[in-house]
Amino acid sequence: MSDERVPIAAPPAAAPLPSGGRALRRRDFIKLLGGGIIVLFNVDLLDLAAQEVRTNGYPADFNAYLRIGNNGRVTVYSGKIEMGQGVVTSLAQMAADELDVSVESIDMVMGDTDLCPFDRGTYGSMSTRFFGPALRAAAAEARAVLVALAAEQLKRPKEALAVEAGVVFVASDPKVRVTYGQLAQGQKLVRTLDGKAVAKPLSRFKVMGKPHRRLDARAKVTGKALYAGDVRLPGMLYARLLRPPAHGATLKGVDTSAAAKAPGVVVVSQDGMVAVLHADPEAAESALRLVKADWEVPPPAFDDETVFAHLLEAGGEGEEGEKRGDLAAGEKAASSLFDGTYEDGYGAHAAMETHTALAHLANGKMTVWSSTQTPFPDQQAIAAAVGLPKEQVRVVTPFVGGGFGGKSGARHQALEAARLAKATGRPVQVCFTREEEFFLDTFRPAAVVKIRSGVDGSGKICLWDYHVWAAGSRSAEQFYDVPNSVIRTYGRWGGGTPKMHLFATGPWRAPGANVNVFARESQVDVMAAKLKADPLEFRLANTSDKRMRSVLEAAAKRFGWKKAAAPSGRGVGVACGIDAGTYVALMAEVKVDAATGKLRVTRIVCAQEMGIVINPDGATMQMEGCLMMGLGYTLSEEVRFQGGKILTRNFDTYEIPRFSAMPAVETVLVKNDELSPQGGGEPAIVPVGAVVANALFDLTGARLHRMPFTPARVREALAALRKASS
Amino acid sequence: MGESISFRLNGKPVQLDVDGDRTLLWVLRTDLGLTGTKYGCGESYCGACTVVVGKEAVRSCQLPVRAVRGKDVTTIEGLERDGRLHPLQEAFADAGGLQCGFCTPGMIMAAYALLLKTPKPSRDQILARMEGNLCRCAAHHRIVTAIEQASAKA
Ligand code: FES
Ligand code: FES
Repeated sequence: MSDERVPIAAPPAAAPLPSGGRALRRRDFIKLLGGGIIVLFNVDLLDLAAQEVRTNGYPADFNAYLRIGNNGRVTVYSGKIEMGQGVVTSLAQMAADELDVSVESIDMVMGDTDLCPFDRGTYGSMSTRFFGPALRAAAAEARAVLVALAAEQLKRPKEALAVEAGVVFVASDPKVRVTYGQLAQGQKLVRTLDGKAVAKPLSRFKVMGKPHRRLDARAKVTGKALYAGDVRLPGMLYARLLRPPAHGATLKGVDTSAAAKAPGVVVVSQDGMVAVLHADPEAAESALRLVKADWEVPPPAFDDETVFAHLLEAGGEGEEGEKRGDLAAGEKAASSLFDGTYEDGYGAHAAMETHTALAHLANGKMTVWSSTQTPFPDQQAIAAAVGLPKEQVRVVTPFVGGGFGGKSGARHQALEAARLAKATGRPVQVCFTREEEFFLDTFRPAAVVKIRSGVDGSGKICLWDYHVWAAGSRSAEQFYDVPNSVIRTYGRWGGGTPKMHLFATGPWRAPGANVNVFARESQVDVMAAKLKADPLEFRLANTSDKRMRSVLEAAAKRFGWKKAAAPSGRGVGVACGIDAGTYVALMAEVKVDAATGKLRVTRIVCAQEMGIVINPDGATMQMEGCLMMGLGYTLSEEVRFQGGKILTRNFDTYEIPRFSAMPAVETVLVKNDELSPQGGGEPAIVPVGAVVANALFDLTGARLHRMPFTPARVREALAALRKASS
Repeated sequence: MGESISFRLNGKPVQLDVDGDRTLLWVLRTDLGLTGTKYGCGESYCGACTVVVGKEAVRSCQLPVRAVRGKDVTTIEGLERDGRLHPLQEAFADAGGLQCGFCTPGMIMAAYALLLKTPKPSRDQILARMEGNLCRCAAHHRIVTAIEQASAKA
């Protein structure tokens, strides 16, 4: 349709590679690449990917590549996707810097299974951490190849040459020059990165380390950026599907005859999937209301209040993780012992873009445009669902309207669109309504943490006995100098553990880490308060981890932290954590309306140390986003349910942070140029629950043990406190 | 069912033969091929579908297309003039008022309506006006900065 609307990347110069599925030998793969100068490289840690790569028959030594074409443009091909985290820009910055070209001369081709080599998916703050170094090395390698070619052509030694903006020239005589485009002309030079290319030292960064306007900004502010739901094909139908009233319900009977009579409606009823389709999505919606279905709903096993008791029971024996010393010795050494229980409900991803896909079967090949974090695994699942060989399925990922883990392996909509496209012979779009989105989301699981801890006579933590149900141990790892400590996990956050959950669960921005840090940092605060110690000082006295100390101190300096034991009545708190290799310390100030119980965070300071910072502005933006989003899980977000019935249906009952919740935010990036870049998309969200809990305690003396801290729970805690003191 | 409905869309006349009960959102996104206006909730809670009718920001998911008969409708696609971004678009891009970009058209249109009526809004006015627009990527701070920048330039 309107061709000025833009997909995620410029159209690639080369024809699609049929590499998406076929068991390709490396030689064959290379044959399929177009001309130019090509560097193959590996983005993910090989040991993680190797098994999957082997079983899928992809070349095992690379999963991304870059090409310098004969127009001098640089194209980076990767199965990773852009969902707002800004990788398109930060990766282009890295490639540009290493190659000495402008950021604008880089094209990113991402998330297309026909054009990019296999990739497991975009999650876990991995793009910058693992992709970054690999891409930089590949770009450095490409530059070395280009300079060597230039030396030959210009008949000068390499050392005499310099590069600027994609032009290689003789440093002492800039008129003697040749462009990257000219050098790539007629070449087909393929290099595989062996991991030895030396990337630029920090001191020579020109683009990296400096703010850069997002490359996708223009498309996004003009409405031209294409998302999966914006793709239009002639003759396409919009599908609405029959959903059960509750998870676990069984369909006893269905009558679609009335819907089928509506003009223009196509009904598909196939292996339990009942769909009505129409060229107008609203007409499909009206027709769906004409479908009569008879469901049998099992009695509710538990609900959002009784879930915690259920988890403790369903968790079984658990599994021992990180262990140090001996718990009995720790208990003996303790002068005070503390038992704490912490809880968190189910959370929804609630990306503004609901799960959407458009599928089209033409000439035996199924193309699916999908909002996904995992195009390659989706490709395989779609192939299986429609009975096509994998190479006959192409998944294209346009811009993704937010993921946060919720579009990682959650692919109902893509499978349904593909099955419906096959059944009807027409292109079919499935775009979840907001209600479907809340029903079919892979929720962040409800979780429970129980901690028994102890401090000795000198104020040192000597015991840490940590038990976590349904959240896994991410960010629970111990960085306090506790000699006797153990972490025990019961069930993980993912599926895997039978009978724990009534509906699908999955990763949510920093899966499991939020509740683990909430529990640990609350418990640490409880101990500090008992000792009448300043919470910051207590933390510093108990950790020798240099990176942690540096972020705590940086936060304190910016915040203007004044020493006092809690509760001081000021309403200030501190909490810290580690996630994705990055260290974060938060300090916050809160106010509470005692009558309504409404908690407001007025100020947050965030100090983060994440190794080398490639795009400080991008990193700051991610931190701000984390803090704001963190206020949601901390203050209001909780999925309400009764058995398999999801009561949360839309944003009226699932409250995500709004403008009025904006605290004053100050961010500090603590320098550490010794360390390669670490994850930035998730760490700052991790301590938000804890810092607010601790600040509320400092303000009122009330300690909240269950997130989110809704007005009702705050009121209750304040009332309990009054009762206890009267 | 079908009725003839004419209005001005981004400065140009349009005439449609449609069921007037259909919502403006889906008529824009399907019949008219303008997909910049987004569906986020369908029930007036998120503001992703915000367009401007006359000088008012309106949730197009709640508006029957019949209601814009004879009116002036502006969508995100109508802000750019001769290849030049509107100051608000420029400011959102510069200030980083977007991440995934899905809420962005609705945010910009809500701000556009605000500035039409109140060219120099206070911070509180901005917060109050934008309160009903949701952003899951939590770009709120930058969005406010962008609106302030654009209003300072206007
Ligand atoms: S889609 Fe209209 S307000 Fe959400
Ligand atoms: S930028 Fe993603 S929802 Fe606002």
